Amino acid sequence: MTLANIWFFLVALLLTIYVILDGFDLGAGVLYPFLGKTEEDKSVIRASIGPIWDGNEVWLLTGAGAIFAAFPMVYAMTFSGFYLAIMLVLFGLILRAVSLEFRHRDSSWSAVWDGAFFLGSLVPSLLVGVALGNVIRGVPMDAQGNYIGTFVELLNPYALLVGVTGLFLIIQHGAAWLAVKSEGELHGRALRYRRVTFWVCAALAVATSAATILTVSRASDNVFGRPAGWLFLAILVVGLLYAFWQMMREGGEFKSFVGSAVVIIGLAGIAAVGNFPDMVPARGTPEITSLTVERAASEHLTLLVMLILALIFVPLVLVYTALIYKTFWGKTKAGDADY
Amino acid sequence: MDAVMLARIQFAFTIGYHFIFVPISIGVGMMVVFAERRYYKSGVPADRAASNFWIKLFTATFAIGVATGITMEFAFGTNWANYSRFVGNIFGAPLAAEGLIAFFLESTFLGILLFGRKKVSKRFYYVSAWLVWIGSLLSALWILIANSWMQTPAGYKIEGGKAVLTSFWQAALNPSTAPRYFHTVAATIITGCFVAAGVCAYYMLKKRHLHFARTAMLWAVSVGLLVSLAMPLIGHWGALVVAEHQPVKMAAFENITETQKNAPLYLFGWVNGDGSTTGVSIPSGLSLMLGLDPEHEVTGLDSVAATDRPPAQLTFQSYHLMIALGGLFILVFGLALLMHFLKRLENARWMHWALIACIPLSLLAINLGWMAAEVGRQPWVVQGLMRTTDAVSPFVSAGEIWTTLGLFGLIYLVLFIAWIRIFLGIIKKGPEDTAEMLQAEKGIAPSPAGAGR
Repeated sequence: MTLANIWFFLVALLLTIYVILDGFDLGAGVLYPFLGKTEEDKSVIRASIGPIWDGNEVWLLTGAGAIFAAFPMVYAMTFSGFYLAIMLVLFGLILRAVSLEFRHRDSSWSAVWDGAFFLGSLVPSLLVGVALGNVIRGVPMDAQGNYIGTFVELLNPYALLVGVTGLFLIIQHGAAWLAVKSEGELHGRALRYRRVTFWVCAALAVATSAATILTVSRASDNVFGRPAGWLFLAILVVGLLYAFWQMMREGGEFKSFVGSAVVIIGLAGIAAVGNFPDMVPARGTPEITSLTVERAASEHLTLLVMLILALIFVPLVLVYTALIYKTFWGKTKAGDADY
Repeated sequence: MDAVMLARIQFAFTIGYHFIFVPISIGVGMMVVFAERRYYKSGVPADRAASNFWIKLFTATFAIGVATGITMEFAFGTNWANYSRFVGNIFGAPLAAEGLIAFFLESTFLGILLFGRKKVSKRFYYVSAWLVWIGSLLSALWILIANSWMQTPAGYKIEGGKAVLTSFWQAALNPSTAPRYFHTVAATIITGCFVAAGVCAYYMLKKRHLHFARTAMLWAVSVGLLVSLAMPLIGHWGALVVAEHQPVKMAAFENITETQKNAPLYLFGWVNGDGSTTGVSIPSGLSLMLGLDPEHEVTGLDSVAATDRPPAQLTFQSYHLMIALGGLFILVFGLALLMHFLKRLENARWMHWALIACIPLSLLAINLGWMAAEVGRQPWVVQGLMRTTDAVSPFVSAGEIWTTLGLFGLIYLVLFIAWIRIFLGIIKKGPEDTAEMLQAEKGIAPSPAGAGR
């Protein structure tokens, strides 16, 4: 196991934690206009993610930073190659970050901030998946690792399918979270949305799998040809069944949410195994210009220093993150937003 | 306009905008810690109200600082792909460390400050205030490490067309990291002190929340004076490092066209079309400052080819304006403190207005300082190693950057209007009036001396 491979695993881990944690608050944002019928419901939805969403988003910033440090060529290629898409994600994240705080302080613009919260949640939830779809499918690039395709090419059917699948994965995850945190009518609505979006997501995941097997055989061969691939497939199936079982049970909200997190681990693992040892495969010239783990990685000392930092600080972060979740455990009340 | 110029404009605009909110957050974060400490010790509701007030100002600003900070992390990849490939081995690590060590700390415990007053113990809450502030200082540290490496690269070798790390400590603690870190943090504290003093001055003008205003004003003005007095020393330390490691930048600061002894130090001036300077200067001042000797030889702009020199006027003016403003700040803080001891501050309307005016001026000064540092390094993006023109993303078109530049302009304008409304709204509403504070304002409870404790 080389350092570069360890960093491939760590980057995948950071991004998986990101999808699990920020996924539910992004999902809550997408569901906000649909579930938040009354002012009180809206207040509960915002307060349920209020203390934690910012920390959740830091997993993305740290993940992006880790890619920059450990795989500079991947960072440069994806961020500049997917320029407009990344910028739209960025604008979404900006609007969302500001809207949550400003909504509370600024009642006269509440409609503006509600809209910004919804759009700012929707756009990243969709586009991150589209970017992942393109990475799995492979993109045309030159020898230096520059994307040489067009913007429209990024909106191919496969990438869009992965994007929509990711969006629904995040929506059902957000609904699961709101079912955990809410009471009364809002709780009932969250459960109903969860059940519907869960099935939509499952159907889309099947479609994505079929599309991958049919059109991106490199990835599916990798998954089926490796023990790790089968492991994550098993995790996915277990997570799906558990999430479904608990979803149908009275009082199983939290366990079903955990099941949803397990599903995310399974899917992320499958994507990572399917891509390895490529970080970003080159479409058309895979042997020559693909950004493999080894080719894209930083040199030994950088990877080592980063690994030491990660081994010290990731556990520390997990401990105090758990502390914060514990502090705000339980059903969110409307008054919780009054700080 | 070509894509390189557009990318530079976009970076300058987004970083300058971001750097309005960061200094206010770090500075006001310090006021949060002070106020929360006071409440932790006293347990008095009025102190809690004061702390809550600073927390509101802090979080409203922090939110937009965080949001616009994401732009900066993404910008290296989106607009500066060649730069990212060239320095990724070294430059990426501090950015990742910033997330891991600083952002998590800040954002996690910010959740406690925002939502946890009724949920956690007083001590936990107080510690959270500290952790949020420490997080913001650590964030500044990592970003200053990254930026200082661009100024004075160290602990690296060039291998296969890119910079490769040879020593983490040498790269992190490169020659300019320490002076630039203290310089920047001191500047954010000065900004924070002016925000606090300006808010208090507004209440004194309006004769509202006087008990609160007296307490916070004394804090803000004392700390502000102390730090702005230290600033020339910290700045001098930085200047010595610049003179040693980036002599061309130093030459551009003072527009020293030819390498010379008895180099003058300008108080203010104008760079003429022919490259000469018209202005008021201290003869041999720069030589004295850098070498403690009028005969000390100062490297001039002529030591490098014309294409390796930074733009003269912009570098000169941003540097000198920053210093002039720094002098003004010492004067304003000093006078305000003096008037406090003479018991004249509370009724001196002109001083209230001066303190309020210093809020935007301190933000201007801190941004001018960054301009001097970054423009003075041109044409290099990494001093001596990579030119800014070579650093861009080769396949991002001018049209794409025009599009995003327009969107940034629009979104940032709306956010600025919203933030200003909210920030002023919080100030207008003021700290919650507890019964006890009202009493104090009627002059029943603490004496003016007690109020300033």
